[in-house]
Amino acid sequence: MSKEPVAVVGIGQSKHAAARRDVSLAGLVREAAQRALDDAELGWADIEAVVIGKAPDFFEGVMMPELYLADALGAAGKPVLRVHTAGSVGGSTALVAANLVAARLHGTVLTVAFEKQSESNAMWGLSLPIPFQQPLLAGAGGFFAPHVRAYMRRSGAPDTVGALVAHKDRRNALKNPYAHLHEHDITLEKVMAAPMLWDPVRYSETCPSSDGACAMVLTGRAGAARAPRPPAWLLGGAMRSEPTLFAGKDFVSPRAGRDCAADVYRQAGITDPRRDIDAVEMYVPFSWYEPMWLENLGFAEEGEGWKLTEAGVTALDGDLPVNMSGGVLSTNPIGASGMLRFAEAALQVRGQAGEHQVPGARKALGHAYGGGSQFFAMWLVGAEPPER
Amino acid sequence: MTRQIAVVAFAQSDHRRTTDELSEVEMLMPVLHEVLARTGLRTADIDFTCSGSSDYLAGRAFSFTMTLDGVGAWPPVSESHVEMDGAFALYEAWSRLLTGEADTALVYAYGKSSPGPLRDVLTRQLDPYYLAPLWPDSVALAALQAQALLDAGDTDEHALAAIGARSRADATANPHAQLAGPVPRGDHLVRPLRTGDCPPIGDGAAAVILAAGDRARELCARPAWIRGLDHRIEPHSLGARDLTDSPSARLAAERAGAFERPVDTAELHAPFSSQEVVLRKALRLGDEVCVNPSGGALAANPVMAAGLIRIGEAAARVHRGASDRALAHATSGPCLQQNLVAVLEGDPR
Repeated sequence: MSKEPVAVVGIGQSKHAAARRDVSLAGLVREAAQRALDDAELGWADIEAVVIGKAPDFFEGVMMPELYLADALGAAGKPVLRVHTAGSVGGSTALVAANLVAARLHGTVLTVAFEKQSESNAMWGLSLPIPFQQPLLAGAGGFFAPHVRAYMRRSGAPDTVGALVAHKDRRNALKNPYAHLHEHDITLEKVMAAPMLWDPVRYSETCPSSDGACAMVLTGRAGAARAPRPPAWLLGGAMRSEPTLFAGKDFVSPRAGRDCAADVYRQAGITDPRRDIDAVEMYVPFSWYEPMWLENLGFAEEGEGWKLTEAGVTALDGDLPVNMSGGVLSTNPIGASGMLRFAEAALQVRGQAGEHQVPGARKALGHAYGGGSQFFAMWLVGAEPPER
Repeated sequence: MTRQIAVVAFAQSDHRRTTDELSEVEMLMPVLHEVLARTGLRTADIDFTCSGSSDYLAGRAFSFTMTLDGVGAWPPVSESHVEMDGAFALYEAWSRLLTGEADTALVYAYGKSSPGPLRDVLTRQLDPYYLAPLWPDSVALAALQAQALLDAGDTDEHALAAIGARSRADATANPHAQLAGPVPRGDHLVRPLRTGDCPPIGDGAAAVILAAGDRARELCARPAWIRGLDHRIEPHSLGARDLTDSPSARLAAERAGAFERPVDTAELHAPFSSQEVVLRKALRLGDEVCVNPSGGALAANPVMAAGLIRIGEAAARVHRGASDRALAHATSGPCLQQNLVAVLEGDPR
């Protein structure tokens, strides 16, 4: 049987901040969900099912919070699914929701992802107790810094590339009213003068810890026809996972990431990603992951990704804009970060991205990853519906 | 025409009070091997994998990454995880097979309740602002529900005791059960619930393989076709709900087509004897229906896997010809807040 085409007709996000003390967990998810419904000009009664995602429950200290959030999300009498695939979860959650529409189980689905990191300390939440992990791996940065170093060694990239990424993303964030960090006085010199946190990752090249939520309304052909604003059409979506650690694992360019991208491109008929894709919103929690993912996703040959960054190709006015929203480096409510990437891709092809709009964007890629560079979720959205 | 998807294999661990000597991976691995062996499939033959588990039980973040190692996810696999009972992972996998993007799926779930005080741990599921600070535990909340049933005249303590006795007697035929045979009613744990009305606390794992259409027929002599599958949630606050009823279970059953024709078997995820009373009423199950021939959750209740086990047990009965049309149910949240219903059928014999 043929799948129902899936359209994004509503997008909403909360204002992101280090601590949203003005709202409860329910208030936070409701803020994003209500904005997505408003964007789609739909009411709570129009939603048939809710798919919610977030990263570890320890971050808020609530086990399976979707049970408590059912009321706030207008879910009584409806199906609720709760996805958790580590850092990629925001993306996976959107894909699970899209699948419910594609399978024609539901006409219109609300998908939400959130994290309220001010409720706990995410760095220690991610530092596993002995004996599960060696005692020196404090936080995600401690885990990923050696992989960045491996990339630098392998590619011969100059030390300055990471700072270029951080500077670009933080400046893009100034155009995004929802972004957590708005560093109006940022300069490249300031980025490079920041203290070294996990060598070679500086404090200025690291994602913040945010409270925030993102929501989207997904629907099929009929729902898209009724939508008040142009929809974004799902042209390809995939998830791939591989083990955390094993002999021969390539942390710099994990095969699961390459396979996931290849699957998405196959579905969407993309043969040359650099040429065919107009904008990319990728999961870059530490600056150096921009050149690393450019290679992993097929936008550059192996060892060449940093050259795109250095040449300004990935700038907002470049040939292949990357992280127009300011990215994870400017806003990181972990469980929502993947969905924010997917949502930004959709905003771009809908022409709704405001000051960070890439003019004429027709196809955009949203990318998320998580765990030990092992969980990948991606979607490719377009301004035109899929041909099949 | 909707694609037909079936449960083609099921395996589970022996459920035990403690498994101190086993990690989650070690508990799960034999189950994965067994379920794959039943179909002759290897990990690389599986199109989609989905699991259900809880970080709060494991006591660490991203605990499912450990068990993914057990799957052997190399080359990389198309995979997802829900922080829910494995029955909901099965739902996700089923929806994926429906689109035609996958023909086979591996679904697994596991939970180790033994490392922590489960009654305390489950209080963390409650509204974090108004309820959780009071630490109302899962048995106390179930007791409120049981008392509401008694007050409504829907049951009495003897009827509840009979449910416990029947479940443990039936469990004598289930080699995986944790609690089987004559079990005393015991003292009140939280009035009106006695120890015999409550599930054993234990560790366990389960796995199921789904397959579509002809692939299912290749892999299983008598596939358990999923004729309907649906799940619904209710408001969280117990004060907003009629605890003697389960409108979400009834609606899920209706949407799954359970009421279109009678079922011969029902595997209900009713951890407390009183919850079987609620579910029998909501799901319109008469005395002619064989309820929980496996012993149900009163015989083994590994949290996060117990719902998937209901689907697996129902499917296994269809596989071996002991049932032609079975209902399987899974629940989550305090006092049956969220409910899933599957209707499984075998081909006519």
